[in-house]
Amino acid sequence: MNIELFLQYVVAGITYGTIYGIVAIGFNIIYNTTGIINFAQGEFVMLGGMAAVTFSRFLPLPAAILVAVLVTTAIGALIEILFIRWLHRPSVLRMIVITIGLSILIREVALHIWGESVRALPYFTGTSVTSFRLGGVYISPQVLWVVGISTVVVASLGGFFRYTLLGMQMRACAANRDAARLCGISAKNMVTFSFMLSAAIGALGGCIVSPITYVQYDSGVPLAIKGFTVAILGGLGNSLASAGAGMLLGILEAFSISLLPAAYKDAISVAILLVILFARPSGLFGSTEVTRLKEF
Amino acid sequence: MRGKSGVIIGIMALALFLGAGAQAAEPIRVGAILAVTGPASFLGGPEARTLEMLAEEVNAKGGINGHKVELFIMDSEGKPEKAVSFAKQLIEEKKVLAILGPSQSGETMQIKGIAEEGKTILLSCAAAEVIVNPVAKWVFKTPQKDSDAILWIFGQMKKMKISKIGFLSGNDGFGQAGKGQVEKLAPENGITILASDVYDKAASDLTAEVTKLKAAGAEAILNWSIVPAQSIVIKNARQIGFKGPIFQSHGFGNIKYVEAAGEAAEGVIFPAGRLLVVDVLPDSHPQKAILVKYKNEYEKKYKEDASTFGGHAWDAFMILAKAIEKAGSTDKEKVRDAIENLKGFVGTGGVFNFSAADHNGLGHDAFELQTVKKGKFALYGK
Amino acid sequence: MRKQGLQIAGFAAVVAAIQLMAHVTGNPYHLTQLTMSAYYSLVVLGLCILTGYAGQISIGHAGFFAIGGYLSALLTTYNLSAHGGPIVSVLAAMGILTRRPDLYGGELLTVHPWPACIFAVLTAVAIAYAIGGPVLKLKGHYLAMATLGFGIIVYRIVLGTELVGSADGIYDVPAFPLLPGIAVSGKSSLRVMNYYVAWGFVILGMVFLLNLVRSRVGRALASIHGAEDAAEAMGIPTARYKLKIFVVSAAFAAVAGVLLTHYNGGIGPSESSVMKSVRYLAIVAIGGMANLWGTLLMSLLLNYLSLRGYFGTYDDAVFGVILILIMLFAPGGLLRRDLLEEVKGVFRGNGEKAS
Repeated sequence: MNIELFLQYVVAGITYGTIYGIVAIGFNIIYNTTGIINFAQGEFVMLGGMAAVTFSRFLPLPAAILVAVLVTTAIGALIEILFIRWLHRPSVLRMIVITIGLSILIREVALHIWGESVRALPYFTGTSVTSFRLGGVYISPQVLWVVGISTVVVASLGGFFRYTLLGMQMRACAANRDAARLCGISAKNMVTFSFMLSAAIGALGGCIVSPITYVQYDSGVPLAIKGFTVAILGGLGNSLASAGAGMLLGILEAFSISLLPAAYKDAISVAILLVILFARPSGLFGSTEVTRLKEF
Repeated sequence: MRGKSGVIIGIMALALFLGAGAQAAEPIRVGAILAVTGPASFLGGPEARTLEMLAEEVNAKGGINGHKVELFIMDSEGKPEKAVSFAKQLIEEKKVLAILGPSQSGETMQIKGIAEEGKTILLSCAAAEVIVNPVAKWVFKTPQKDSDAILWIFGQMKKMKISKIGFLSGNDGFGQAGKGQVEKLAPENGITILASDVYDKAASDLTAEVTKLKAAGAEAILNWSIVPAQSIVIKNARQIGFKGPIFQSHGFGNIKYVEAAGEAAEGVIFPAGRLLVVDVLPDSHPQKAILVKYKNEYEKKYKEDASTFGGHAWDAFMILAKAIEKAGSTDKEKVRDAIENLKGFVGTGGVFNFSAADHNGLGHDAFELQTVKKGKFALYGK
Repeated sequence: MRKQGLQIAGFAAVVAAIQLMAHVTGNPYHLTQLTMSAYYSLVVLGLCILTGYAGQISIGHAGFFAIGGYLSALLTTYNLSAHGGPIVSVLAAMGILTRRPDLYGGELLTVHPWPACIFAVLTAVAIAYAIGGPVLKLKGHYLAMATLGFGIIVYRIVLGTELVGSADGIYDVPAFPLLPGIAVSGKSSLRVMNYYVAWGFVILGMVFLLNLVRSRVGRALASIHGAEDAAEAMGIPTARYKLKIFVVSAAFAAVAGVLLTHYNGGIGPSESSVMKSVRYLAIVAIGGMANLWGTLLMSLLLNYLSLRGYFGTYDDAVFGVILILIMLFAPGGLLRRDLLEEVKGVFRGNGEKAS
């Protein structure tokens, strides 16, 4: 394998890894505030992409994306209010099953609204054939958009949680829900905000990646699995680690096809997931003691 | 004398009228198992819509031989076990004369034995060679032969002096069948496959796979699949700077794939039925009339482009209708024999000539080599 | 014990009644879907014990079904005639292989369904033992994800492997001659026999599981479900029991997989998909979690409707909605004991809660 091939694989891996990282961040936000793993996270990504394609028929591209993200955010809030908010200390099993059910429901609704066909947004810059050479490696401009926007998202998220009031309130809720409530923070609202934020980030991810691949009513499922793998890989709750873990998984997947038939590519992420769960559930960057203390 | 003959004629007329009336009450039951939703819906959707359109049309004209057609379309969702369950339902409960479909090769193979056991005609819209080879008495298929498609492709490659290719295929029945045929026919046509890979039919990124092919030095890429992933292959290949020609199978026959690939689809070469380029066919071409009719009606009714997949369903229905007409009855054996003896039937996929040894009926000339120009299908080289 | 015997007898009577009714009304074909429902119910019953009684959630049970079904299908369709060699001869001498004609008049030399079935189920059990240990150490979300991951890996493996037909699965699977004269087969002439065979298996399974629940193991499971740490403190070897139940439920799923594959004459990768696993879970949930009879009845009803196509294109959505509604409003299931007792109390009219 020469250096060019190697780098080309790396670029392919980074593109996808970034999306996995975004999904994982969405998981982490909700998990941190509520302790719930939202199986429907992948569906937010799908909704963002599909909605953007629909809106791009009457709006210029940036506006379409914005509206799509807002719509998905609203849906995220709606889901939380309708299904989650009024549950009183639900058991883990119950929450898992509810979010699985939600993911199925959203999928079926998407199927009946948009049909089974695949859709893609137009490339933000250039077309499906433009690419430029960077040291022997061909990169589509869309890849730069994906990586660029994702970096901005991760950075802003960090800033949001650290410096804004709302961010700090959400962190307080994550650290100790009852204490936060004693301080006057409305835990219920924090939960809603976390869903909205996750939905927004997921939707944005769906929009930026859809030109490279496509979105379909069931694109959400494999993304959720891989996103979860990445979230666990980096340590559940740790968003920055998710970004790094996402890259790692993406690159591993890309290189796997030089060894195995491509049809097994999706099995790689699941295999990694199982290995991590068995060997080190706290993830690569997580702390083992903290994980043991966490209640499940 | 006149009075008597008048009465006799009157009685005969009455008898005929009653007989015809009684006959007209007996509908022809036809079943269809199609993947209307689910992962193969880009096949089953157009197929189901085509069948509904044709059934309506035929019934508006009074049916076939005076019998109206009763069509039962069942959605297998692309799942073989549903196809099995519905096949049994259609054959044993609804007692259909024939089953049209299924949409996919895998589903067809699963119900092939059931159709044979139930002595019911199966007119499959799936393309794999194994469906009709070896020949089973009751099983027919309407899509063209894979091997013919491949020979067209290899022929073109020879003209372009290409001998080393990279090959990608999907992991479904269509892809596997194609892979088998490509690997078999390549050596005798002077084509060497430098690198090949099988991807999951739901794959969303194939950059790594095409990178592998490019790195191996492929002069052209041949992709054999019927799923949306075929658009991704083209996109990814062009993005990594692959400049050689890209060939597709006849599974590319839907304008949606061209749209999904955007500019990358320009110049893709593939063999397909003439439905896609009907506008540039000469009026004297035997297929032109029915192709134009089908295309216009389908597009008017469903507001979407006609595809070759819907065309396969058209062929299945019309072949059955023609056979029933010729046999003059709805007896399963007679209709089956009529299909087997059908020659010169003009369909969307080509001109069919069935025989006891050939339950597909299409040959090399069923295809036209086509390409994509400015986002539309066009004849290649003309 | 007596009550259980009555329940079983009552259920057997219902099964026979349904068949007679179908015969009398001239709709014997419905038996096909009922037979398929019976086999799916086997999986659900095993899952009920695991998730309902022992509280270990599994969203990957379709994987075990697929392992059983695919292995059996592969062994009984792979034509060994092309391969000579010592191993084949030894197997043939041992009576493990069988010859039969294929659809086109050729001849096939394959493994006989009985050894294939035994091999398939044993493999599934072995895999369950192997992964059960590490998987069951996990709890909550992690356990769910691990089982989900297992199901997906099986799905991906069968999808990606040409030997087992990749995306199209295996077909032309022969009938399974259980005993001389009784065969699991999809032939319409054997429809009634197969109906009774299938429900016979279900009844056997129910008897086994009902006994299990009422035994020491069952009580231990209930305590594990209630409070695992307390149970451990009481000296119950929780890990061992959990593993046993996991293996039992896997065996149930694998047996169901083998039988249904021979009945259908084939199997496809969709049998190991996440949606199938979710379906099984939904049925356990609506049936009452820790309620074997409730789960069985719901499985019969829902699978039958789904296979007949009553849910149309909303098939998956129905199960998804069921899951949501049950989990939101009745997390213990619809046919819970105490819910039923409450209803009985209302009818009794004196407002007293039955004890």
